[in-house]
Amino acid sequence: MSTLKFTEDHEWVLTADDGTALIGITDYAQEQLGELVYIELPEVGAEVEKGDAVAVIESVKSASDLLMPISGEILEVNEELDGDPGKVNEDAMGAGWFLKVRMSDESELSELMDADSYHDLLEE
Amino acid sequence: MSDTNEQIQHTALYDLHVELDAKMVPFAGYQMPIQYPLGIVKEHLQTRSSAGLFDVSHMGQIRLRGEHAAQALETLMPVDIVGLEPMKQRYALFTNERGGVMDDLMVTNAGDHLFVVVNAACKEQDINHLREHIGDVCEIEVLDDYALLALQGPQAGAVMARLDSASKALVFMTAAKLEIDGIECFVTRSGYSGEDGFEISVHNDDARRLARTLLAQPEVEAIGLGARDTLRLEAGLCLYGHDLDSQTTPVESSLLWALSRPRRADGERPGGYPGADIIMAQIANGVERKRVGIQAEGRMPVREGAILMDEDDNEIGIVTSGGFGPSVNGPIAMGYVKMPYTAIDTPLFALVRGKKIPVKVVKLPFVKQNYYRG
Repeated sequence: MSTLKFTEDHEWVLTADDGTALIGITDYAQEQLGELVYIELPEVGAEVEKGDAVAVIESVKSASDLLMPISGEILEVNEELDGDPGKVNEDAMGAGWFLKVRMSDESELSELMDADSYHDLLEE
Repeated sequence: MSDTNEQIQHTALYDLHVELDAKMVPFAGYQMPIQYPLGIVKEHLQTRSSAGLFDVSHMGQIRLRGEHAAQALETLMPVDIVGLEPMKQRYALFTNERGGVMDDLMVTNAGDHLFVVVNAACKEQDINHLREHIGDVCEIEVLDDYALLALQGPQAGAVMARLDSASKALVFMTAAKLEIDGIECFVTRSGYSGEDGFEISVHNDDARRLARTLLAQPEVEAIGLGARDTLRLEAGLCLYGHDLDSQTTPVESSLLWALSRPRRADGERPGGYPGADIIMAQIANGVERKRVGIQAEGRMPVREGAILMDEDDNEIGIVTSGGFGPSVNGPIAMGYVKMPYTAIDTPLFALVRGKKIPVKVVKLPFVKQNYYRG
């Protein structure tokens, strides 16, 4: 069963049964950043730890890091973001995904928020 | 520089910004709109294609009065103020003893006084500087109770002509007293977007009504400081504290054009301002580094603070302003590079997050300036 989890840094993690997960930023995050103009993605195959800065998200005003919400191996990056970073603004939770990873420690998922907790965070 | 312990201030248009759902951020001691719901890119493109209204009331507005006010002001800057004709405006620079730039500003001969607009972050310093050095020669009136609105864009002229036809007589860098919707305004045809436009000084009591009148014109949208920054960068204009500072002279800043002929070594009133010896020597002998335009290959923005290197990894400069230009539709930057790397098309590298990004020196501005010269 796939589950959707969130971080306090406004990232989402969508896990699949095969031990992989898609990672992106939330709609709230893209709204706060404004129009994105460039996204630097990591190399496929890299082993990354939870908390590592793996991607750079450039808006008109500023550059910010995407921090890994979980540890794992990068299986795939969303290459469409290279030519069209605006995809993240249009569909942050869908077509604007950043990375696909193979999780190395699924127990890390328990430290993430579920949708209700994340919505509560946004309400605060 | 402004005192960070001071209470954050609001301009007369603060409530209007909030009503328009602006994202407000602290800037130079004021809560200012960084952007409205339209967003920086669309606000930028709106200003380039139609017209945008900016609240720049955080800037300092000062009147200098006195028979010898122009001569007095000239003792603080390498700029011809004595020869500034009535209702004409000029870009100017306060210099320090090292020839560095204390602030950049606009000076208008308003007939019975000089009207001066300085940067928000520098205004206390500038007012103290004026009081200390020329306070005995002229009366210095700080217009704390005045707002400053900038209407910028190719449709700005048509909008202003509709509201007061007398505005049609204005050309770039000239001034007039206008009456818009019954409100008395002091208007210059200038701005900092690279487009035709106006800066409108108005009493705080009338500012909100004037802003609403301007925003009610179909061509006009409210524009925040985010787009103001991308517009000025595309136009190749300096931002004080970034592209200009107290350690950098106007010659190094590629602002030779702002150093008026009558104040140069062979002029009618040479020197006589702080740092004149250093600046005049640099005009005669050249400088070791200069401000240039920088364009990156690809789409990754190269931002302020990025080190610039030659092909052999020697550090030869630094980026002082950089980001993404919505009209250019790509990364744009300005920075300082050592001689002889200032030549157009010189290939360089910018160090971004440890990676060498190929860039080249380009001519400024990045977009054509569209000033109205009549």
